[in-house]
Amino acid sequence: MGEPVKSSDAAADNQAILSREIRDIEESYKASVAAGAPAETQPRIDYPPYRSSILRHPTKSLHHADPETIELHSPAFGHQDVHALESNLTIQHGGEPLGERMILKGKVLDGDGRPVTGQLVEIWQANSAGRYIHKRDQHPAPLDPNFTGVGRCITGPDGSYEFLTIKPGAYPWKNHLNAWRPAHIHFSLFGTEFTQRIVTQMYFPGDQLFPLDPIYQSIVDQGARDRLVATYNHDLTSPEWALGYEWDIVLTGPKRTWTENEAYGEQGEDSEH
Amino acid sequence: MSTEKTMTEKLTPTPGQTVGPFFGYALPYEKGGELLAPGTPGSIRLAGTVYDGNGEPIPDAILEIWQADAAGNVVTETGSLVRDGYTFTGFGRAPVGNTGKYTFTTVNPGATEPGKAPFIAMAVFARGLMNRLFTRAYLPEDTEALANDPLLASLEPARRKTLIAERLADGSLHFDVRLQGEDETVFLDFASPASREG
Ligand SMILES: [Fe+2]
Repeated sequence: MGEPVKSSDAAADNQAILSREIRDIEESYKASVAAGAPAETQPRIDYPPYRSSILRHPTKSLHHADPETIELHSPAFGHQDVHALESNLTIQHGGEPLGERMILKGKVLDGDGRPVTGQLVEIWQANSAGRYIHKRDQHPAPLDPNFTGVGRCITGPDGSYEFLTIKPGAYPWKNHLNAWRPAHIHFSLFGTEFTQRIVTQMYFPGDQLFPLDPIYQSIVDQGARDRLVATYNHDLTSPEWALGYEWDIVLTGPKRTWTENEAYGEQGEDSEH
Repeated sequence: MSTEKTMTEKLTPTPGQTVGPFFGYALPYEKGGELLAPGTPGSIRLAGTVYDGNGEPIPDAILEIWQADAAGNVVTETGSLVRDGYTFTGFGRAPVGNTGKYTFTTVNPGATEPGKAPFIAMAVFARGLMNRLFTRAYLPEDTEALANDPLLASLEPARRKTLIAERLADGSLHFDVRLQGEDETVFLDFASPASREG
């Protein structure tokens, strides 16, 4: 809206055109991997099927930098910042929100598999009808007076987080004609270093909208995309109460272990830089 | 699953995704951009505008800063989300306004080691931006330290200047973020080559 020429949010193209673009990019990615290129693990920053990205992605490649002292540390969050009840998104109002109650649980780990403890996890999401509280969300689906869709928690000693929430609905957006986002929960995470800062989205298994969604498909590698999909866990499901989903998050790095790696004589981080 | 191992026994990182359009009721928080209360002696303003590739301001971006205190110490105080009004935590988060402009109230960071060029680390998020971007806003004063900075030294002059904040007459720092275009800000990659891609 209000954006000039090539970035247009106007729903000009239909899903068939978008799906073809998505497929073409994936085909050429698969061919490059078959020819020996390394698998990609992050989304493409330049991914034209997501129309709003066209004028908003750097065209010069990211510049390699060794992190400096401040970047090797992370802001500290604690129980002054987050109240224990903020992890329960179903009790923020006078009544029960509508929809499928769900328990969402997992661990935040670093690249070595070590738990990221005492760190901030933030989530936000649409309600069960696919509507956000946000004023710019014009989807004509009902707001739920008992659901805001924002949660926070601090990870435990084993890196674990847990939320009680409502399964979000899919929602339409204006990327192209008849564009729908698969149901998802937005996640914001910090590690032990600022270099590990990540914002991402968690999806639900088996969503029919996956092949159609340019945001999910901006991660062109199927294995990498799969890392954003939670697992349904019946052992986590609580009888007569809530369905259980599990999702672990792995942050990059850490980069602070160079000297350890060198001391152990391993082919450590250093060789990757 | 997110926990599968690579051949080097490193876990593969979870991919990022765009912050999307609807973060406005979730990520910003009261006094998020006020690392110090405005008007506090020694405080400065860090402000600028986030632009797209057409040079138009982006109205739906959100920035985070993380920095040392005025003495160059890395702060380990909690309380960034619920500020007590006097503890400097080193972290701030501020959404841009309708005109793409952001403002933080903070202090000039000191050098974390003698001779190092002080900078404010920044993470950039926006609708339409697939993954967060990292950059640095260097203080402009210590020209010798800037000349010796490994990152700045690795950049050609035209690109280098996108990372150096401008000091205005009132003592504030001006730092624009250009996601694309001729004066595109230098964005940083701290990742290993295996996870780097275009
Ligand atoms: Fe969303």
